[in-house]
Amino acid sequence: MSQKQLFELNNVNKSFTKGKEEITIFNGLNMSIKEGEFLAIMGPSGSGKTTLLNLLGGVDRPTAGDILFRGSPINNLSEGQLSKWRAEHIGFIFQFYNLMPMLNAARNVELPLLLKKLSRSQRRNSVDTALKLVGLEARAGHQPSELSGGQQQRVAIARAIVSDPTFLLCDEPTGDLDRATAVEILEILQLLNREFGKTIVMVTHDPAAAEYASRCLHLDKGEFIEKDLAA
Amino acid sequence: MTDTYLVLKNLTRNKLRLVLNCFAILIAFLLFGALGSLQHAFTAGIELSADNRLIVVNKINFTQPLPIAYVNKVRAIDGISKVTHANWFGAYYQDARRPMVGLAVDGDSYLDIYDNILLSDGGREAWLKERQGVIVGERMAHMHGWKVGDRIPISSNIFSQADGSTVWDMVISDIFRDKEPSADTNFLLFHYKYFIETQTFGKDWVGWMILTTEDSSLNERVAKAIDTNFANSSTETDTSTEKAFNRSFLEQVGSIGLIITSVIFAAFFTILLIVGNSMALSIRERTREIAVLKTIGFAAPRIFGMVLAESISLALIGGLLGLGVAVMLINGASSNPQLQSMLPNLIVPPSILIQALGYMLALGLITGIFPALRAMRLNTIDALNRG
Repeated sequence: MSQKQLFELNNVNKSFTKGKEEITIFNGLNMSIKEGEFLAIMGPSGSGKTTLLNLLGGVDRPTAGDILFRGSPINNLSEGQLSKWRAEHIGFIFQFYNLMPMLNAARNVELPLLLKKLSRSQRRNSVDTALKLVGLEARAGHQPSELSGGQQQRVAIARAIVSDPTFLLCDEPTGDLDRATAVEILEILQLLNREFGKTIVMVTHDPAAAEYASRCLHLDKGEFIEKDLAA
Repeated sequence: MTDTYLVLKNLTRNKLRLVLNCFAILIAFLLFGALGSLQHAFTAGIELSADNRLIVVNKINFTQPLPIAYVNKVRAIDGISKVTHANWFGAYYQDARRPMVGLAVDGDSYLDIYDNILLSDGGREAWLKERQGVIVGERMAHMHGWKVGDRIPISSNIFSQADGSTVWDMVISDIFRDKEPSADTNFLLFHYKYFIETQTFGKDWVGWMILTTEDSSLNERVAKAIDTNFANSSTETDTSTEKAFNRSFLEQVGSIGLIITSVIFAAFFTILLIVGNSMALSIRERTREIAVLKTIGFAAPRIFGMVLAESISLALIGGLLGLGVAVMLINGASSNPQLQSMLPNLIVPPSILIQALGYMLALGLITGIFPALRAMRLNTIDALNRG
């Protein structure tokens, strides 16, 4: 596994105002993520897990401090540059799948490819490969409403990996699934990490899910307590 | 898959909403197409009027006659190049419930002034030498299946002959068309002499006079000179340009333009509110999906464009359907002979089609711009955190 730094957070502050009150989530947060890591982030509700994920994904910006991606800061990119950066480097997996209800599985998977200059056949090949990887090639033509929760999450994973991003950000990917289905999803994520070298950052409440990660960070009140699960 | 596919998928995802919105827009453009065509039919004559043509009518009312002696008196006024006269005949063919436009005219001078009337070679001469000759517009001839040489009995619902008959026998000398293809040719012209010598209302009067000035800049001066000349006489005149005359004639029916514009405005305003509200609701329902698109890398301007394209597509679908129905309705109505004789220019003119397309785009833009801006400015984090 490569030991290159993928992400580095230096003295990151994040706060927001709710009414007249200013709420601080992070105050001088430091962390790094290496390429090829499978990092689980755990912590109680309100500890800042999702905010951290949003910061890493360039969906949100820090109030102060730097977020470096392969040594270059992303927090001073414009909205347009961040959109491009996300399209190129990140695959998002959400707790509630967030598939487009009017598109079938294959079309949902194809969505990120609209952001790349690819021919129709190239797009079709990529979609087929991604769906095959998650074991849903037979369900390509099904609408999300015709799929189970686990199948929908697999479609969401295929959508996240179809454009071959550098890393995957997963926000409670098994939070809405039963145990058996959750295991299937986690095994797919593990496969993507081990066989395809994808860096994965997964937020979860579930200690069993965190066990699939190579490293687990516990976040509490905006600070980390690290546990190495690789051993 | 392309952005267009996404736009269409979003547009058709709620079929009932799509149908209802399209129906509302269809009604607006049906009204616009049909009423706009009616307005065009009413005002077509005004647009085709010559700039230097004046009409002289009795000051009391244009249905009252003028002494025929006025024709030569007017001819003597400075600035006038040609003068002719005409009489309304109240014509119909076979069925009194289907009136037609028939004028008794002084052939030679009338054709000199209305040089837009095009006859075949030798047609003018043939008509002028045939006392009972009549020239028929090609549209009227086509409607009745008439051809040159046909003898036709033309009746009047106003006049009668000395023997009590209301039917005048006429022979078609020629069939004319107009220089301007869109001009009305649904009328006939026959000789004033034949009319005045056979009817029983007296022999020294005309319905109205038509004249041309040497230059349209002289119109006002000439009109004033004519009316001054006959002021304080037993038959005073009212002279106006042909355009103004036609317009005032139409205004007697009512302000058609205002009525039509008001109806169209009311329809469009209502549709604007309905479709605008519907689009806003539709985008609001998709807040989370839009947030997902932005998260995976769709730039805000692209999302703005997609939402706007959706509302423009909706306006175009409903609008084109409405316009299609309007075209079918107007075509159907204009094939009715009775309506055709009343409104010979009843068609959906290209100008209405172009205007309608413009309004469709405007409707799409206005109803889509705010939802599109909302989608573009959507806060991704808030939207994703919303259930």
